[in-house]
Amino acid sequence: MSNYIFRRVLLSVPTLLAISIIIFAILALAPGDPLSQLALNPGIPESTRQLIRTQFGLDDPWPVRYWKWLTSLLRGDWGFSFSSRSPVIDIVMQRVPQTLQVVGFAYLLAVVLAIPIGILAAVRQYSWFDQLATVFSFVGFSVPSFFTGLLLMLVFAVRLKWFPIVYDSLLGFGSATEVLAQLRQMAMPVTVLVVQQTAALTRFTRSAMLDNLGQNYVRTARAKGLPYRRVVLRHVFSNSLIPIVTLVALSIPTIFGGAIITENLFRVNGLGALLITSINNSDTPVVMALSFVFAVLMVFSNLVADVMYGVLDPRVRYN
Amino acid sequence: MKTKVLPTSIAVLVLFALVLGACAAPAPAAAPAAAAPEATAAPAATEAPAPTAVPAATEAPAATEAPAAGGKLKILYWQAVTTLNPHLGTGTKDFDGATVILEPLARRNELDELVPYLAAEIPSVANGGIAADGTSVTWKLRPGLKWSDGSDFTIDDIIFTWDYCKDEATACTTLSNFQPIKAIDAVDATTVKITWTEPRADPFISFVGSQGMVLQKKQYGACIGGAALTDAACQAANIAPIGTNAYKLKDFKPGDVVLYDRNPNFRDADKVFFDEVEIKGGGDATSAARAVCETGEVDFSWNLQIPKAVLEPILAAGKCDSVAGGSFGVERVVVNFANPDPALGAKRSEPDQKHPFLVDLAVRKAINLAIDRQAIADQMYGPTGEPTCNVLVVPAAVNSPNTKCARDVDAANKLLDAAGWEMNGSVREKGGVKLITSLVTTINTLRQGEQAIIKSNLAEIGVQVTLKAIDAGVYFSGDPANPDTLNKFYSDLQMYTNGPDGTDPQAYLQGWTCAEVNSSANQWNKGNDGRYCSKDYDALYAKLKAEMDPVKRAEIAIQMNDVLSNDVALIPLINRRTPNGKLKTLMGPTYNTFDSSIWNIAVWSR
Repeated sequence: MSNYIFRRVLLSVPTLLAISIIIFAILALAPGDPLSQLALNPGIPESTRQLIRTQFGLDDPWPVRYWKWLTSLLRGDWGFSFSSRSPVIDIVMQRVPQTLQVVGFAYLLAVVLAIPIGILAAVRQYSWFDQLATVFSFVGFSVPSFFTGLLLMLVFAVRLKWFPIVYDSLLGFGSATEVLAQLRQMAMPVTVLVVQQTAALTRFTRSAMLDNLGQNYVRTARAKGLPYRRVVLRHVFSNSLIPIVTLVALSIPTIFGGAIITENLFRVNGLGALLITSINNSDTPVVMALSFVFAVLMVFSNLVADVMYGVLDPRVRYN
Repeated sequence: MKTKVLPTSIAVLVLFALVLGACAAPAPAAAPAAAAPEATAAPAATEAPAPTAVPAATEAPAATEAPAAGGKLKILYWQAVTTLNPHLGTGTKDFDGATVILEPLARRNELDELVPYLAAEIPSVANGGIAADGTSVTWKLRPGLKWSDGSDFTIDDIIFTWDYCKDEATACTTLSNFQPIKAIDAVDATTVKITWTEPRADPFISFVGSQGMVLQKKQYGACIGGAALTDAACQAANIAPIGTNAYKLKDFKPGDVVLYDRNPNFRDADKVFFDEVEIKGGGDATSAARAVCETGEVDFSWNLQIPKAVLEPILAAGKCDSVAGGSFGVERVVVNFANPDPALGAKRSEPDQKHPFLVDLAVRKAINLAIDRQAIADQMYGPTGEPTCNVLVVPAAVNSPNTKCARDVDAANKLLDAAGWEMNGSVREKGGVKLITSLVTTINTLRQGEQAIIKSNLAEIGVQVTLKAIDAGVYFSGDPANPDTLNKFYSDLQMYTNGPDGTDPQAYLQGWTCAEVNSSANQWNKGNDGRYCSKDYDALYAKLKAEMDPVKRAEIAIQMNDVLSNDVALIPLINRRTPNGKLKTLMGPTYNTFDSSIWNIAVWSR
């Protein structure tokens, strides 16, 4: 087992290197520069922009820049952000709590909601509850978050004035009023994310359960006289866990990828909002840091999922 | 078998999620359809910006005024402040974020007049501040100025700011404002003399406005050159400057929000109304407009540039006033005098390749006559723009009264008939050359609307238009390796907004001289993208450069504008305004052409 993990970790090094080269190359080949916002500001002539490009080292060919980035990363230096001229790592760390608070909380809520709904929908297949859950998941799947988000905003913020449009990231959790304000501003973005994520998880749980419900061992258990509830929860559910665990484990890194659209829409200063503004501003060091951390988490969760298979299913062996 | 299917479907799912996340990022445009036309009459008093309890009354509020001073001023930008060092700023939002803390010697107000900030008075020839020969300017500073950390503001700080930015390795975005300086000398403790490298008519280029804010030498002293970017202490200073203005920094999350509180060492600290100021960034312009006009969550919203059809119902909600005026720039169609035919290969759009039909004045005049500026203004801009025939509209003294550009399709058709361009089907033709043009602009709802109007306008005079739209990041990038930039201009017509940087139009008008024509030899970065070249215009420019008297300079500038207009060197369309929105209860914000939208934030009140 530990041998297996060691091999996998070793294998992930070239994977991560390849990922970082690809991302870097895409960023380098994409047009635009960190000052494109000021392109038409006559106070900042083309010569100044060219000079700044040189100072940022953007004149070097991209393999040279990639090598510089990689070597400083190995020294633990993530570089400085072109647009705020301060260390990338500080900027990224500043965003983590907000993303965990909104995206992480939404994900937790989605898991807590989806698994019972999925189980119930499978056990009572084609019942009104199952039909309702199906409709709900299809809506969640097919309606994009920028639409749900805008709709919620118009109804609950503009018309009903229940929730604020502008997310206040300076709020703490110090007093009851602050906690209440936090909950109010989290309500809309969390709802948007929960609707989407619950949809996917529900369908997975349902189909995994259905696969097992028709198996012979279920009939045997029932024939032995075990209560149906116990059969479903102990036998069927445990056996259905593999696909669910895979999905959940592989989705955890996406929490750290933030929710690009939702965060941007509701002005939540999370990692997703940071990623998209950095891409728009050609802020390469920030984009690299975010996508690389994301890649590491992705590779790691893959490993965790594979290890979990062995725990959940004794038939799986690592050689 | 099951185990085979699962990973694939999971991969598909994850991919689906990623694609969804990546594709739909710039979302805002979808909202308008659902926008409610009628405002709910609910007053929603509960939602009004509740002033956070002010426990300790540090400043005695003026008892005579109705609303007590204090509380938090909430400002919303749809772009977020990323640095507070204005000389390293990469967008208006950075200059504005720094404006709350730092000050220049003087700023421009909404009438484009200079208002002294760190200076005690505005230098003029009359008071001896401006040397008659244009070689230097002498500023008198307010006595007893202090930084927010309590230390004294001195002339050394001004000299330091110049030293800091003139070093190219510092990579100041404001570099061009400091380049004309030859020397800065302290005449006495409160008098500073700036000497120019060559005589200049406009002495207010340095240390004035958003690009001239003074940094503290004590804080940034070790940050000249590459250290400004790589040194940890300098990086920390870039996001936490010490300043002289009414507020000082309390908290800053780059790319998100800045919180300021009172600067007790401000010269007029007792006149400052708000206890705290917050500038929140991000999101989109439409919801920013809603936050001030419909929910009243914020006091002030910057640059609500959204199509008229979306903006007007939001403004109608009645909670806010739009603050629009001055000029954000002139939206124009630039005419290419060089031939952009791809068949020419590397000679494409080079100045020596004459355009097959746009060099004909009759064609340019006809296009100018056919475009319906009023329709563009009415349908697309509303309160955020008005038609103009001039390329130079600000300051008011140089806005030419001599030009006319009313739409006249008959006159345009007659012009083309007379010049021998004959209708062949729906397109005019002469000697095998057809009037088929390409019009390029950026991807933007507003601009695509304009493109459509122009296309149908020109169809009426037998000029066919092919439309193309390019991502703004590419179009404005100036990247010499990219064929789709504004600078290269590989099309017949292109449309964008530009305007002068300062009240003196010389630098702006230079952009149509022969010496500035873009070509491969200068990497297309000179500024004359239309490749227009006229002896008359160049002669006027030489005259302008030599003239020092402001009144005569304005006359020459108007003449130059008229040459461009009569020669149809380009087609001015719309004078755009930056429409800011403010709550009705907020007092102080004005529009501003040449300075920050929040230039006078120290005196804002409720």
